[in-house]
Amino acid sequence: MSLEQLYQQVILDHARQRHGNTVPISGLPEVPRPPYFGHSHQVNPTCGDEITVEVERREEDGRIVLRWDGQGCSISMASASVLSELAQEAKPDEVAPVMAGFQALMHSRGQGAPDEELLGDAAAFHGVSRYPARIKCALLAWKAFEDALRQASADYPDENGDRSTGAGRNEED
Amino acid sequence: MFDAAEVERIRNDFPLLGHYQEQEAGGRRLAYLDSGATSQKPLSVLEAEQEFYERRNAAVHRGAHQLAVEATEAFEDARAAVAGFVGAGEREIVWAKNATEALNLVAYGFVNASAGLGGPEAERFRIGPGANLVITEMEHHANLVPWQQVAAHTGAELRVIPVTDAGRLDLERAEALVDSATAVLAFTHASNVLGTVNPARRLVDLARAHDAVTVLDACQSVPHFGVDLPALGVDFAAFSGHKMLGPTGIGVLYGRAELLDALPPFLTGGSMITTVDYQQASFMPAPQRFEAGTQPVAQAVGLAAAARYLAETGMDRIAAWEEHLAGRMLAGLQEIPGVRVIGPEEIGQPGDRLATVAFDVEGVHAHDVGQFLDERGIAVRVGHHCAQPLHRRFGVTATTRASAYLHTTEEEIDVLLGTVAEVRGFFLR
Ligand SMILES: Cc1ncc(COP(=O)(O)O)c(C=O)c1O
Repeated sequence: MSLEQLYQQVILDHARQRHGNTVPISGLPEVPRPPYFGHSHQVNPTCGDEITVEVERREEDGRIVLRWDGQGCSISMASASVLSELAQEAKPDEVAPVMAGFQALMHSRGQGAPDEELLGDAAAFHGVSRYPARIKCALLAWKAFEDALRQASADYPDENGDRSTGAGRNEED
Repeated sequence: MFDAAEVERIRNDFPLLGHYQEQEAGGRRLAYLDSGATSQKPLSVLEAEQEFYERRNAAVHRGAHQLAVEATEAFEDARAAVAGFVGAGEREIVWAKNATEALNLVAYGFVNASAGLGGPEAERFRIGPGANLVITEMEHHANLVPWQQVAAHTGAELRVIPVTDAGRLDLERAEALVDSATAVLAFTHASNVLGTVNPARRLVDLARAHDAVTVLDACQSVPHFGVDLPALGVDFAAFSGHKMLGPTGIGVLYGRAELLDALPPFLTGGSMITTVDYQQASFMPAPQRFEAGTQPVAQAVGLAAAARYLAETGMDRIAAWEEHLAGRMLAGLQEIPGVRVIGPEEIGQPGDRLATVAFDVEGVHAHDVGQFLDERGIAVRVGHHCAQPLHRRFGVTATTRASAYLHTTEEEIDVLLGTVAEVRGFFLR
């Protein structure tokens, strides 16, 4: 496996042009919190990478509004960017299979064939699963997202909202 | 200093280096530039441990049978050898599991004394609100977090001596921060990130002028140049076996004898007591009072073999070789566009900088730099190297760190330099 397969151009591009990367409002006391809101800060203590993901469930249709900010390697930043692209304005039950698919891919030890239709740009991360030290980098944003989504959905008045957190069972990091 | 032939001879003493050399033809080469994290072991260390298990293994300081006597002798001989290596007396050397534990032992000695334990002898270690503890901005978490704990337990204030942009301690600020209320001045002899070697003598004089106890983190000094702890005048010092060619699982605390005898114990239990009843116990003098429970005996024997190996090779010659490599690494890195060295950019005076060089590559995260180097068989450390606040001070969250040791060759440094020069081209494509 070559370094080019690990660091595919899509990944490097996402690491530079970060989708959804803005200042999180959870750190801004003057900005009121939306009603269905969650935020999660995750760090990778071995290398100091960190990320904050915020999820808002839109009041009118329950769709996801995602914001994130962080510092880290190209894998972790690109992964957050790709996640943001996939989850923005989606319904929780639309992203649940994507999350499950991405987690499964990350734990596939290089064996998994990515479902490009389901995963979109996230399929480009399949090479990461061969590098145990980097899986955590790829999953950092997804872990934060899962946590933030669970909080945002806690009081949202739909049953799907609850089911959407089903992916929360995959707790490996 | 060594010549290339001598480095080659040294390399032959390290089975792991030989293993990867043999595989070189098959494609996998290893330039191990991570000795700052942990060192490789020469055969003599491996053999010493094996010989101990094959011939002399028994419980030390406990049995009356002949084998136990021999094991105890091996254990205490190891203490004497390690003590000799740093100029200390045998009673001034306490075994711990690593330097982190050794530093905690001192810190919790202060905590226990401040809680009233230890009788009148422990007066010297009693602190409370109004006292201060002084550390530096370049401490490893191991010499930072325990002092935070002491501050939390006692109400003492934690003060931090700043580091200059050039990566050296701001000694003027140090003089202002250490005052008559300073109970402890804890500082690293050499930074595991910046590579800076601090003027220990000068800091000890400063602390003594205010009657403060000095605690030296010698993790990165004792392995790399000759250190005479009593001559430095420090009260306590800690270092780890695994960074100086020795086994994992063993660390060393040095303490001036009179202080060690007065410091309340940290871990308590078997082997450290004189008499015990159901309500209380009295403790052995140092070093036994700090060695509760079964000790890392084979590791002590291995560490003594490591100290012997280093002494026979010659610490001054090792230091000179590493300084030569440091100069090559610093000069080369600074020629690469986009690379910034975090720490002193050059050797000021002989002996003031290790061959441990942390750097930032503009636009590429350290993790990615490390992955690129690893792909070419170059092992370096990436991340915050257990010094998060120091990285924040330099405006980065992570750096790449290359650290050399006695077996590092000029070619390995050149391969590192050539590969680092390719990093930005790959990631910024
Ligand atoms: C300067 C310094 N202090 C303390 C330590 C802690 O050593 P250990 O992890 O062996 O306890 C290290 C090693 O990581 C170090 O480099």
